Amino acid sequence: MTQHPKKFVPANDVSLEEKLREAARFVRCHSIASIFHAGSGHPGGALSSADLLACLYGAELNLWPGTVTDPARDRFVLSKGHAAPALYAAGAYFGFCDPKASLALRKLNSPFQGHPHVLDLPWVETSTGSLGQGMSVALGMALGMKLQEIPARVYTLLGDGELQEGEVWEAAMAAAHHKLDNFCALIDYNKLQSDNANAAIMGLEPLADKWRAFGWNVAEIDGHDMSQILGALRKAGTTRERPSLIIAHTIKGKGVPYMENIPAWHGSVKLTEAQTREALTALGASEQEIEGFLHV
Amino acid sequence: MSNPALVANSDSLREAFGKALSALGDEFPKLVVLDADIAGGTGVHHFRKSHPKRMLQFGIAEQNMMAAAGGLAATGLIPVVTTFAVFCLRAIEQARLSLCYARRNAKIVASHPGLDVGPDGGSAQALEDLAAFRAIPGMTVISPADPTEMAMATRAMLEYQGPVYMRTGRSPAPRLFGDDHKFEIGRGQIIRDGDDVTIVACGVEVARALAAAEMLARDGISARVVNMATIKPIDAALLSICSLETGAIVTAEDHNIHGGLGGAVAEALGQTRPCPMEFVGVRDTFGASGEPDELAHHFSISAPFLADAARRVIARKKS
Repeated sequence: MTQHPKKFVPANDVSLEEKLREAARFVRCHSIASIFHAGSGHPGGALSSADLLACLYGAELNLWPGTVTDPARDRFVLSKGHAAPALYAAGAYFGFCDPKASLALRKLNSPFQGHPHVLDLPWVETSTGSLGQGMSVALGMALGMKLQEIPARVYTLLGDGELQEGEVWEAAMAAAHHKLDNFCALIDYNKLQSDNANAAIMGLEPLADKWRAFGWNVAEIDGHDMSQILGALRKAGTTRERPSLIIAHTIKGKGVPYMENIPAWHGSVKLTEAQTREALTALGASEQEIEGFLHV
Repeated sequence: MSNPALVANSDSLREAFGKALSALGDEFPKLVVLDADIAGGTGVHHFRKSHPKRMLQFGIAEQNMMAAAGGLAATGLIPVVTTFAVFCLRAIEQARLSLCYARRNAKIVASHPGLDVGPDGGSAQALEDLAAFRAIPGMTVISPADPTEMAMATRAMLEYQGPVYMRTGRSPAPRLFGDDHKFEIGRGQIIRDGDDVTIVACGVEVARALAAAEMLARDGISARVVNMATIKPIDAALLSICSLETGAIVTAEDHNIHGGLGGAVAEALGQTRPCPMEFVGVRDTFGASGEPDELAHHFSISAPFLADAARRVIARKKS
């Protein structure tokens, strides 16, 4: 692979954090717009994970639109595949796909399916949408790179409800057993799942202790604070002999007041034009931007 | 079926697979083998001995192992997932999404299929795997008949680009084929010719089909035997010829009569050249403990039952 420098600059670089906040704002707006056009989709978890995706694609992954087939690229797997709108939005912002075309979410003959599919979009790395599997596939990638002595890293983003899948814990054991220090999992811990709060459906706590007991290097951060996200990713990259887990405390529906912390916006929901305008306005989109998102 | 002379000095299909994999290890440097704590049972202890660095332990956690194979394949390796056939069923959704939907060059090799498992009993005898894996788009499904063919199929599976599900077997398997045997994915073979009926079999039932043909010959009935080692894609052209030339088909498999080889053959002939058919397999029930030959008799898939089915289907042809 052409050796690209890490996109990383010191976490106190205010200008980088500002750029990432702008990327995250675009991810949120684009996600809302594509879900509006689709007539269905999962906004809550897309909004909660936008800052994590912005930091990964904007500052961490050794991956550029020109290197998506390079064997030595870093890889990101969206294990919580229902946050696909946010992944497509991040891809659009960072040049992996067209910003307009990717608004055609969940449509026949569009590569932007309801959940990511690698044959439609190679840069999404694998097909997800069945919770737990992305974690295992990412683990397999990390193991494959270790075996072939490829010095690249693998990242995956899980939902909190996803942790109720037994496969996640099978993978957690395996990653620690194989000492995959090139592997980093992030949890979008917004505390809500499809039907209700995690705590009401199937409690996850003490979450950090569970992962530590499984042999992982664990960090707990505010998942909407760019400085903390970048710091945790950097620390994960210097950890040896152990996989790293970043528990990112987030707010479901972050940035759209009428969605925040309400499980009903997990999805899959239909957004009216009025709701869409209200959401985009709350996210700081200009009138011109809003018209651009609404009329394709 | 069990002719002690044939079985003597012959490997089980799982042993034959493990030895073949080990022998092919140097030729396929990207090959890695995934194990869930039963290497001795699946035969891949041979590979572990010859290529320890490419033997990946996943513990007793088949779902993670199956999906991780998709990730390994994504990095250019050729992962071979090995476990018992029943545990492949446990991870079938991982095979569906992370191997087939993503079109990975990953292989699943399932030992301990069918009644051939024997004493471990009904819980361990997968009688549904051919049907289930055959229903996944893009999956190739193979069930070789003897140790020679197993070795050839192992090579063919590695040379093929794409997901494959292959059955081995637990019990000693008689050697049916010589080194001049040819195995090709998607091609069946007439291994004994005849005019009155065709018995289409896979796996351990091929030896029983040959024994049934012998029994029928003593009654003056000429039975053709087809070794249909690839269940998907099925060799529809050969089936059509057999239907035309013999006018009656019996299918034989160590599997439920629903959805496996019999289903595949019926689907193919229904669209080309239908003829009377009989289905020999386990009749939509679970297995039980016992020795494989006892079980084959108890569940009516041994050679005499194959011969009876042939007589029935020939009678239907004449009516």
